[in-house]
Amino acid sequence: MSRSLAHGIVAAAFVGLLVLACMQVPGEWNWAGVWEYRQKFLQGWLVTLGISLAALVLSLAIGLVVALLLAAHNPLIEATGRMYVELIRGTPLLVQLLLGFYVVANAVGLENRFVVGTLVLAAFSGAYMAEIFRGGLDAIPKTQRDSAKAIGLTRWQSFRLVVLPQAIRLVLPAVAGQLVSLIKDSSLLSVIAISELTLNAQEVNSFTYSTLESYLPLAVGYLLLTLPLSAASRWLEAAFRYER
Amino acid sequence: MQLTIDNLTQQFGSVRVLDQLALSTGSISSLVLVGPSGGGKSTLLRILAGLDVPTAGSAQFDGTPLPRDDAGLLSYRRTVATVFQSYNLFPHLSARDNLILPLVHVHGLSREEAAARIAEPLARFQLAEHADKRPAQLSGGQNQRIAILRALVVRPRRLFLDEPTSALDPEMTAEVLDMIEALKGSGTDFVLVTHAMHFARRVADEIAFIGDGGVLAHGTAEQVFNHGDNPRVTAFFDKVLR
Repeated sequence: MSRSLAHGIVAAAFVGLLVLACMQVPGEWNWAGVWEYRQKFLQGWLVTLGISLAALVLSLAIGLVVALLLAAHNPLIEATGRMYVELIRGTPLLVQLLLGFYVVANAVGLENRFVVGTLVLAAFSGAYMAEIFRGGLDAIPKTQRDSAKAIGLTRWQSFRLVVLPQAIRLVLPAVAGQLVSLIKDSSLLSVIAISELTLNAQEVNSFTYSTLESYLPLAVGYLLLTLPLSAASRWLEAAFRYER
Repeated sequence: MQLTIDNLTQQFGSVRVLDQLALSTGSISSLVLVGPSGGGKSTLLRILAGLDVPTAGSAQFDGTPLPRDDAGLLSYRRTVATVFQSYNLFPHLSARDNLILPLVHVHGLSREEAAARIAEPLARFQLAEHADKRPAQLSGGQNQRIAILRALVVRPRRLFLDEPTSALDPEMTAEVLDMIEALKGSGTDFVLVTHAMHFARRVADEIAFIGDGGVLAHGTAEQVFNHGDNPRVTAFFDKVLR
Protein backbone atom coordinates (compact mmCIF):
# COMPACT_ATOMS: atom_id res chain seq x y z
CA MET A 1 0.00 0.00 0.00
CA SER A 2 1.40 3.42 -0.88
CA ARG A 3 1.91 5.97 1.88
CA SER A 4 -0.53 8.49 0.41
CA LEU A 5 -3.24 5.82 0.12
CA ALA A 6 -2.65 4.86 3.75
CA HIS A 7 -2.88 8.52 4.80
CA GLY A 8 -6.12 8.88 2.82
CA ILE A 9 -7.70 5.84 4.47
CA VAL A 10 -6.78 6.94 7.99
CA ALA A 11 -7.98 10.51 7.34
CA ALA A 12 -11.32 9.25 5.95
CA ALA A 13 -11.78 7.01 9.01
CA PHE A 14 -11.20 9.97 11.34
CA VAL A 15 -13.62 12.22 9.48
CA GLY A 16 -16.18 9.41 9.47
CA LEU A 17 -15.90 8.98 13.25
CA LEU A 18 -16.20 12.73 13.75
CA VAL A 19 -19.34 12.89 11.59
CA LEU A 20 -20.82 9.97 13.57
CA ALA A 21 -20.06 11.79 16.83
CA CYS A 22 -21.67 14.99 15.55
CA MET A 23 -24.81 13.09 14.56
CA GLN A 24 -25.22 12.13 18.23
CA VAL A 25 -25.48 15.79 19.19
CA PRO A 26 -29.13 16.59 20.02
CA GLY A 27 -30.91 19.46 18.29
CA GLU A 28 -30.98 20.95 14.81
CA TRP A 29 -27.86 22.03 12.89
CA ASN A 30 -27.80 25.66 11.91
CA TRP A 31 -25.19 25.86 9.13
CA ALA A 32 -27.22 28.52 7.29
CA GLY A 33 -26.87 30.96 10.19
CA VAL A 34 -23.13 30.49 10.34
CA TRP A 35 -22.75 30.68 6.52
CA GLU A 36 -24.01 34.26 6.74
CA TYR A 37 -20.83 35.12 8.59
CA ARG A 38 -18.39 33.39 6.21
CA GLN A 39 -16.66 36.73 5.52
CA LYS A 40 -15.81 37.03 9.22
CA PHE A 41 -14.16 33.60 9.20
CA LEU A 42 -12.14 34.54 6.14
CA GLN A 43 -11.01 37.86 7.61
CA GLY A 44 -10.09 36.23 10.91
CA TRP A 45 -8.20 33.50 9.10
CA LEU A 46 -6.23 36.06 7.09
CA VAL A 47 -5.32 37.96 10.28
CA THR A 48 -4.17 34.70 11.91
CA LEU A 49 -2.16 33.86 8.79
CA GLY A 50 -0.49 37.29 8.69
CA ILE A 51 0.36 37.43 12.38
CA SER A 52 1.57 33.83 12.36
CA LEU A 53 3.85 34.40 9.38
CA ALA A 54 5.38 37.54 10.87
CA ALA A 55 5.80 35.96 14.33
CA LEU A 56 7.22 32.82 12.73
CA VAL A 57 10.06 34.65 10.97
CA LEU A 58 10.72 36.84 13.99
CA SER A 59 10.74 33.91 16.44
CA LEU A 60 13.34 32.07 14.33
CA ALA A 61 15.57 35.16 14.45
CA ILE A 62 15.05 35.62 18.21
CA GLY A 63 15.68 31.91 18.75
CA LEU A 64 18.98 32.00 16.87
CA VAL A 65 20.24 35.11 18.67
CA VAL A 66 19.26 33.81 22.12
CA ALA A 67 20.79 30.39 21.33
CA LEU A 68 24.07 32.19 20.61
CA LEU A 69 23.74 34.07 23.92
CA LEU A 70 23.23 30.73 25.69
CA ALA A 71 26.35 29.34 24.03
CA ALA A 72 28.49 32.40 24.88
CA HIS A 73 31.66 31.98 26.92
CA ASN A 74 31.04 35.25 28.78
CA PRO A 75 28.97 34.33 31.88
CA LEU A 76 27.08 37.66 31.85
CA ILE A 77 25.91 37.12 28.28
CA GLU A 78 25.05 33.50 28.96
CA ALA A 79 23.06 34.49 32.08
CA THR A 80 21.14 37.09 30.07
CA GLY A 81 20.05 34.45 27.59
CA ARG A 82 19.24 32.00 30.37
CA MET A 83 17.14 34.60 32.22
CA TYR A 84 15.16 35.36 29.07
CA VAL A 85 14.43 31.70 28.38
CA GLU A 86 13.44 30.87 31.95
CA LEU A 87 11.19 33.94 32.41
CA ILE A 88 9.36 33.34 29.15
CA ARG A 89 9.01 29.59 29.54
CA GLY A 90 8.04 29.88 33.19
CA THR A 91 5.01 32.13 32.65
CA PRO A 92 1.79 31.60 30.66
CA LEU A 93 1.47 33.25 27.26
CA LEU A 94 -1.85 34.70 28.46
CA VAL A 95 -0.07 36.65 31.21
CA GLN A 96 2.66 37.79 28.81
CA LEU A 97 0.05 39.09 26.37
CA LEU A 98 -1.82 41.04 29.05
CA LEU A 99 1.36 42.43 30.63
CA GLY A 100 2.89 43.08 27.22
CA PHE A 101 -0.13 44.98 25.95
CA TYR A 102 -1.43 46.82 29.02
CA VAL A 103 1.90 47.49 30.77
CA VAL A 104 4.95 47.31 28.48
CA ALA A 105 3.39 48.54 25.22
CA ASN A 106 1.51 51.23 27.13
CA ALA A 107 4.72 52.39 28.79
CA VAL A 108 6.61 52.74 25.50
CA GLY A 109 3.62 54.23 23.71
CA LEU A 110 3.09 51.35 21.29
CA GLU A 111 -0.60 51.36 20.44
CA ASN A 112 -0.93 49.02 17.47
CA ARG A 113 -2.28 45.81 19.02
CA PHE A 114 -1.34 43.75 15.95
CA VAL A 115 2.29 44.75 16.36
CA VAL A 116 2.25 44.11 20.11
CA GLY A 117 0.54 40.74 19.64
CA THR A 118 3.04 39.66 16.99
CA LEU A 119 6.00 40.76 19.11
CA VAL A 120 4.77 38.97 22.26
CA LEU A 121 4.00 35.81 20.30
CA ALA A 122 7.44 35.88 18.62
CA ALA A 123 9.20 36.51 21.95
CA PHE A 124 7.29 33.62 23.53
CA SER A 125 8.03 31.17 20.74
CA GLY A 126 11.60 32.47 20.40
CA ALA A 127 12.47 31.26 23.92
CA TYR A 128 11.48 27.70 23.02
CA MET A 129 13.22 28.05 19.67
CA ALA A 130 16.43 29.14 21.43
CA GLU A 131 16.53 25.95 23.51
CA ILE A 132 15.91 23.86 20.40
CA PHE A 133 18.75 25.61 18.55
CA ARG A 134 21.09 25.36 21.53
CA GLY A 135 20.40 21.62 21.75
CA GLY A 136 21.11 21.27 18.03
CA LEU A 137 24.40 23.18 18.24
CA ASP A 138 25.46 21.16 21.32
CA ALA A 139 24.72 17.91 19.53
CA ILE A 140 27.38 18.51 16.86
CA PRO A 141 30.39 16.48 18.07
CA LYS A 142 33.53 18.36 19.11
CA THR A 143 35.45 16.30 16.55
CA GLN A 144 33.64 18.19 13.78
CA ARG A 145 34.88 21.56 15.08
CA ASP A 146 38.34 20.05 15.52
CA SER A 147 38.31 18.80 11.97
CA ALA A 148 37.18 22.21 10.72
CA LYS A 149 39.96 23.86 12.72
CA ALA A 150 42.54 21.42 11.38
CA ILE A 151 41.77 22.20 7.74
CA GLY A 152 42.32 25.88 8.51
CA LEU A 153 38.78 27.24 8.71
CA THR A 154 38.24 30.34 10.84
CA ARG A 155 35.78 30.09 13.74
CA TRP A 156 33.06 31.80 11.71
CA GLN A 157 33.66 29.54 8.67
CA SER A 158 33.55 26.52 10.95
CA PHE A 159 30.17 27.65 12.30
CA ARG A 160 28.72 28.56 8.91
CA LEU A 161 30.06 25.68 6.78
CA VAL A 162 30.27 22.80 9.24
CA VAL A 163 28.22 23.26 12.42
CA LEU A 164 25.15 25.14 11.19
CA PRO A 165 24.18 22.91 8.23
CA GLN A 166 24.31 19.83 10.48
CA ALA A 167 22.47 21.54 13.32
CA ILE A 168 19.69 22.66 10.97
CA ARG A 169 19.06 19.05 10.00
CA LEU A 170 18.93 18.01 13.65
CA VAL A 171 16.51 20.69 14.79
CA LEU A 172 14.09 20.70 11.83
CA PRO A 173 11.46 18.36 13.34
CA ALA A 174 11.45 20.20 16.67
CA VAL A 175 11.35 23.61 14.97
CA ALA A 176 8.39 22.54 12.82
CA GLY A 177 6.57 21.37 15.95
CA GLN A 178 7.26 24.70 17.64
CA LEU A 179 5.99 26.63 14.61
CA VAL A 180 2.77 24.61 14.63
CA SER A 181 2.40 25.50 18.32
CA LEU A 182 2.97 29.15 17.50
CA ILE A 183 0.12 29.17 14.98
CA LYS A 184 -2.25 27.60 17.50
CA ASP A 185 -1.04 29.87 20.32
CA SER A 186 -2.03 32.87 18.17
CA SER A 187 -5.61 32.03 19.21
CA LEU A 188 -4.80 33.62 22.60
CA LEU A 189 -4.38 37.01 20.90
CA SER A 190 -8.16 37.29 21.19
CA VAL A 191 -7.65 38.39 24.83
CA ILE A 192 -6.16 41.68 23.67
CA ALA A 193 -9.00 42.05 21.18
CA ILE A 194 -7.10 41.18 18.04
CA SER A 195 -9.70 40.11 15.52
CA GLU A 196 -8.09 36.81 14.54
CA LEU A 197 -9.75 33.52 13.69
CA THR A 198 -10.68 32.39 17.20
CA LEU A 199 -12.18 35.73 18.23
CA ASN A 200 -14.29 35.77 15.06
CA ALA A 201 -15.51 32.24 15.70
CA GLN A 202 -16.46 33.23 19.24
CA GLU A 203 -18.37 36.23 17.91
CA VAL A 204 -20.20 34.16 15.32
CA ASN A 205 -21.12 31.76 18.11
CA SER A 206 -22.56 34.53 20.23
CA PHE A 207 -24.52 35.95 17.25
CA THR A 208 -26.00 32.61 16.12
CA TYR A 209 -25.98 30.44 19.28
CA SER A 210 -24.57 27.70 17.03
CA THR A 211 -21.52 26.56 18.95
CA LEU A 212 -20.38 23.52 16.99
CA GLU A 213 -21.13 25.16 13.64
CA SER A 214 -18.86 28.03 14.72
CA TYR A 215 -16.01 25.98 16.15
CA LEU A 216 -15.74 23.18 13.58
CA PRO A 217 -14.72 25.68 10.85
CA LEU A 218 -12.28 27.10 13.40
CA ALA A 219 -10.53 23.72 13.67
CA VAL A 220 -10.44 23.42 9.88
CA GLY A 221 -9.01 26.94 9.60
CA TYR A 222 -6.06 26.05 11.85
CA LEU A 223 -5.47 22.73 10.07
CA LEU A 224 -5.26 24.63 6.76
CA LEU A 225 -2.29 26.48 8.25
CA THR A 226 -0.58 23.71 10.23
CA LEU A 227 -0.81 20.78 7.81
CA PRO A 228 1.09 22.51 4.96
CA LEU A 229 3.73 23.52 7.52
CA SER A 230 4.17 19.88 8.58
CA ALA A 231 4.41 18.84 4.94
CA ALA A 232 7.02 21.52 4.25
CA SER A 233 9.02 20.36 7.26
CA ARG A 234 9.04 16.74 6.04
CA TRP A 235 10.18 17.91 2.62
CA LEU A 236 12.98 19.99 4.16
CA GLU A 237 14.03 17.07 6.36
CA ALA A 238 14.41 14.90 3.28
CA ALA A 239 16.35 17.63 1.50
CA PHE A 240 18.80 18.05 4.40
CA ARG A 241 19.13 14.34 5.18
CA TYR A 242 22.70 13.05 5.20
CA GLU A 243 22.53 9.94 7.36
CA ARG A 244 22.18 7.65 4.38
CA MET B 1 62.03 18.19 8.35
CA GLN B 2 64.08 18.68 11.45
CA LEU B 3 62.17 18.87 14.72
CA THR B 4 63.51 20.27 17.98
CA ILE B 5 61.39 20.26 21.13
CA ASP B 6 62.49 21.90 24.38
CA ASN B 7 60.91 21.63 27.82
CA LEU B 8 57.45 21.07 26.36
CA THR B 9 54.80 20.95 29.09
CA GLN B 10 51.06 20.58 28.66
CA GLN B 11 48.88 20.77 31.73
CA PHE B 12 45.08 20.37 31.88
CA GLY B 13 43.94 21.51 35.33
CA SER B 14 46.13 19.60 37.74
CA VAL B 15 46.98 16.87 35.24
CA ARG B 16 50.36 17.26 33.57
CA VAL B 17 50.11 15.28 30.31
CA LEU B 18 53.48 16.38 28.94
CA ASP B 19 56.23 17.15 31.40
CA GLN B 20 59.25 19.07 30.09
CA LEU B 21 59.44 16.84 27.04
CA ALA B 22 62.56 17.23 24.88
CA LEU B 23 63.40 15.75 21.50
CA SER B 24 65.74 16.54 18.66
CA THR B 25 65.49 14.63 15.41
CA GLY B 26 67.84 14.38 12.48
CA SER B 27 66.81 15.64 9.07
CA ILE B 28 64.08 13.10 8.37
CA SER B 29 60.91 12.71 6.36
CA SER B 30 58.91 10.61 8.81
CA LEU B 31 58.66 10.55 12.58
CA VAL B 32 56.51 7.94 14.33
CA LEU B 33 55.30 8.39 17.90
CA VAL B 34 54.53 5.19 19.79
CA GLY B 35 53.84 4.34 23.40
CA PRO B 36 51.10 3.50 25.90
CA SER B 37 47.66 5.12 25.79
CA GLY B 38 47.50 8.20 27.97
CA GLY B 39 51.25 8.68 27.65
CA GLY B 40 50.94 11.98 25.80
CA LYS B 41 51.44 11.00 22.13
CA SER B 42 48.22 12.58 20.86
CA THR B 43 48.67 15.65 23.05
CA LEU B 44 52.11 16.15 21.55
CA LEU B 45 50.78 15.66 18.03
CA ARG B 46 48.00 18.22 18.57
CA ILE B 47 50.57 20.81 19.67
CA LEU B 48 52.80 20.07 16.66
CA ALA B 49 49.75 20.38 14.37
CA GLY B 50 48.93 23.83 15.76
CA LEU B 51 45.62 22.69 17.29
CA ASP B 52 46.58 23.27 20.92
CA VAL B 53 49.00 25.67 22.60
CA PRO B 54 51.38 24.16 25.18
CA THR B 55 51.44 25.42 28.74
CA ALA B 56 55.19 25.95 28.50
CA GLY B 57 58.17 25.13 26.32
CA SER B 58 58.66 25.32 22.57
CA ALA B 59 58.84 23.26 19.41
CA GLN B 60 60.58 24.19 16.17
CA PHE B 61 60.35 22.70 12.71
CA ASP B 62 63.47 23.48 10.66
CA GLY B 63 64.37 26.24 13.11
CA THR B 64 60.99 28.00 12.99
CA PRO B 65 59.17 27.96 16.33
CA LEU B 66 55.44 27.17 16.39
CA PRO B 67 53.31 30.30 16.83
CA ARG B 68 51.38 30.82 20.07
CA ASP B 69 48.86 33.50 19.00
CA ASP B 70 45.51 32.73 17.32
CA ALA B 71 46.29 34.44 14.02
CA GLY B 72 49.72 32.81 13.78
CA LEU B 73 48.26 29.39 14.58
CA LEU B 74 45.55 29.79 11.95
CA SER B 75 48.07 30.55 9.22
CA TYR B 76 50.30 27.73 10.49
CA ARG B 77 47.41 25.23 10.31
CA ARG B 78 46.83 26.33 6.72
CA THR B 79 50.33 25.19 5.77
CA VAL B 80 50.05 21.71 7.34
CA ALA B 81 47.33 19.05 7.51
CA THR B 82 45.99 16.71 10.19
CA VAL B 83 44.14 13.40 10.01
CA PHE B 84 42.39 12.13 13.14
CA GLN B 85 41.46 8.67 14.33
CA SER B 86 37.95 8.85 12.88
CA TYR B 87 34.98 11.13 12.21
CA ASN B 88 37.17 13.43 10.16
CA LEU B 89 34.83 14.08 7.31
CA PHE B 90 31.80 16.36 7.33
CA PRO B 91 28.77 14.04 7.18
CA HIS B 92 26.51 16.52 5.38
CA LEU B 93 28.82 16.78 2.37
CA SER B 94 29.72 14.27 -0.33
CA ALA B 95 33.28 12.92 -0.42
CA ARG B 96 33.96 15.29 -3.32
CA ASP B 97 32.65 18.33 -1.46
CA ASN B 98 34.67 17.34 1.60
CA LEU B 99 37.79 17.51 -0.57
CA ILE B 100 36.77 20.75 -2.27
CA LEU B 101 35.76 22.68 0.86
CA PRO B 102 39.25 23.52 2.20
CA LEU B 103 40.56 24.22 -1.31
CA VAL B 104 37.83 26.78 -1.94
CA HIS B 105 37.31 28.30 1.51
CA VAL B 106 40.87 28.18 2.85
CA HIS B 107 43.18 28.12 -0.15
CA GLY B 108 41.24 30.41 -2.47
CA LEU B 109 40.76 28.10 -5.46
CA SER B 110 37.63 28.36 -7.59
CA ARG B 111 35.32 25.34 -7.54
CA GLU B 112 36.48 24.39 -11.05
CA GLU B 113 40.16 24.59 -10.10
CA ALA B 114 39.46 22.54 -6.97
CA ALA B 115 37.52 19.90 -8.90
CA ALA B 116 40.37 19.64 -11.40
CA ARG B 117 42.95 19.27 -8.66
CA ILE B 118 41.16 16.42 -6.87
CA ALA B 119 40.29 14.38 -9.98
CA GLU B 120 43.67 12.70 -10.41
CA PRO B 121 44.21 11.75 -6.72
CA LEU B 122 40.65 10.38 -6.51
CA ALA B 123 41.36 8.13 -9.47
CA ARG B 124 44.82 7.10 -8.25
CA PHE B 125 43.43 5.83 -4.95
CA GLN B 126 40.42 4.11 -6.57
CA LEU B 127 38.00 6.52 -4.92
CA ALA B 128 36.57 8.24 -8.01
CA GLU B 129 33.47 6.02 -8.13
CA HIS B 130 32.70 6.91 -4.51
CA ALA B 131 33.20 10.67 -4.86
CA ASP B 132 29.53 11.57 -4.84
CA LYS B 133 28.64 9.44 -1.82
CA ARG B 134 28.33 10.89 1.64
CA PRO B 135 30.47 9.56 4.52
CA ALA B 136 27.59 7.43 5.86
CA GLN B 137 27.50 5.59 2.52
CA LEU B 138 31.23 4.77 2.60
CA SER B 139 33.13 2.12 4.55
CA GLY B 140 35.40 3.15 7.42
CA GLY B 141 38.47 2.53 5.27
CA GLN B 142 37.10 4.56 2.37
CA ASN B 143 36.22 7.39 4.76
CA GLN B 144 39.70 7.44 6.20
CA ARG B 145 41.30 7.37 2.73
CA ILE B 146 39.13 10.32 1.69
CA ALA B 147 40.20 12.08 4.90
CA ILE B 148 43.87 11.51 4.04
CA LEU B 149 43.23 12.73 0.49
CA ARG B 150 41.57 15.86 1.87
CA ALA B 151 44.76 16.44 3.84
CA LEU B 152 47.00 15.84 0.80
CA VAL B 153 45.20 17.85 -1.90
CA VAL B 154 45.93 21.11 -0.08
CA ARG B 155 49.64 20.24 -0.66
CA PRO B 156 50.67 20.62 2.97
CA ARG B 157 54.24 21.16 4.05
CA ARG B 158 53.76 18.39 6.63
CA LEU B 159 51.09 15.86 7.51
CA PHE B 160 50.08 14.85 11.03
CA LEU B 161 48.27 11.54 11.49
CA ASP B 162 46.73 10.70 14.88
CA GLU B 163 46.10 6.93 15.10
CA PRO B 164 44.57 6.88 11.61
CA THR B 165 43.80 3.14 11.75
CA SER B 166 42.68 2.61 15.35
CA ALA B 167 38.98 2.69 14.48
CA LEU B 168 39.27 0.31 11.52
CA ASP B 169 39.12 -3.47 11.08
CA PRO B 170 42.29 -5.26 9.81
CA GLU B 171 41.34 -5.25 6.13
CA MET B 172 40.54 -1.54 6.11
CA THR B 173 43.65 -0.87 8.17
CA ALA B 174 45.72 -2.38 5.35
CA GLU B 175 44.05 -0.07 2.77
CA VAL B 176 44.89 2.99 4.82
CA LEU B 177 48.43 1.91 5.72
CA ASP B 178 49.18 1.27 2.04
CA MET B 179 48.15 4.80 1.30
CA ILE B 180 50.36 6.24 4.07
CA GLU B 181 53.25 4.12 2.86
CA ALA B 182 52.83 5.63 -0.60
CA LEU B 183 53.44 9.02 1.02
CA LYS B 184 56.87 7.89 1.97
CA GLY B 185 59.08 8.89 -0.91
CA SER B 186 56.46 11.23 -2.38
CA GLY B 187 58.10 14.18 -0.67
CA THR B 188 55.44 14.78 1.99
CA ASP B 189 56.94 14.69 5.47
CA PHE B 190 54.73 13.25 8.17
CA VAL B 191 54.43 12.71 11.91
CA LEU B 192 52.38 9.62 12.75
CA VAL B 193 50.94 8.39 16.03
CA THR B 194 50.17 4.70 15.79
CA HIS B 195 49.76 1.41 17.63
CA ALA B 196 50.58 -0.58 14.49
CA MET B 197 54.17 -1.46 15.48
CA HIS B 198 55.16 -3.43 12.41
CA PHE B 199 53.98 -0.58 10.25
CA ALA B 200 55.85 1.92 12.41
CA ARG B 201 59.02 -0.06 11.86
CA ARG B 202 58.44 -0.03 8.09
CA VAL B 203 57.81 3.68 7.54
CA ALA B 204 59.64 5.45 10.33
CA ASP B 205 62.90 7.28 9.73
CA GLU B 206 62.89 7.82 13.47
CA ILE B 207 60.68 6.58 16.27
CA ALA B 208 60.05 8.33 19.57
CA PHE B 209 58.59 6.32 22.41
CA ILE B 210 56.37 8.67 24.42
CA GLY B 211 55.36 7.66 27.95
CA ASP B 212 54.73 9.33 31.30
CA GLY B 213 54.72 12.71 29.53
CA GLY B 214 58.24 12.45 28.17
CA VAL B 215 60.42 10.73 25.55
CA LEU B 216 61.46 7.35 27.00
CA ALA B 217 63.34 6.19 23.92
CA HIS B 218 64.26 7.73 20.60
CA GLY B 219 66.19 6.65 17.53
CA THR B 220 65.81 4.58 14.38
CA ALA B 221 63.26 1.75 14.45
CA GLU B 222 66.10 -0.70 14.93
CA GLN B 223 67.49 1.20 17.92
CA VAL B 224 64.16 1.68 19.66
CA PHE B 225 62.72 -1.81 19.13
CA ASN B 226 65.79 -3.89 19.81
CA HIS B 227 68.07 -2.01 22.11
CA GLY B 228 65.73 -0.27 24.48
CA ASP B 229 67.49 0.06 27.81
CA ASN B 230 64.47 1.59 29.53
CA PRO B 231 62.56 -1.22 31.35
CA ARG B 232 59.24 0.64 30.79
CA VAL B 233 59.85 0.56 27.00
CA THR B 234 61.01 -3.03 26.97
CA ALA B 235 57.96 -4.15 28.92
CA PHE B 236 55.65 -2.30 26.50
CA PHE B 237 57.22 -3.91 23.43
CA ASP B 238 57.22 -7.31 25.09
CA LYS B 239 53.46 -6.97 25.41
CA VAL B 240 52.51 -5.44 22.05
CA LEU B 241 54.94 -7.40 19.88
CA ARG B 242 54.32 -10.80 21.44
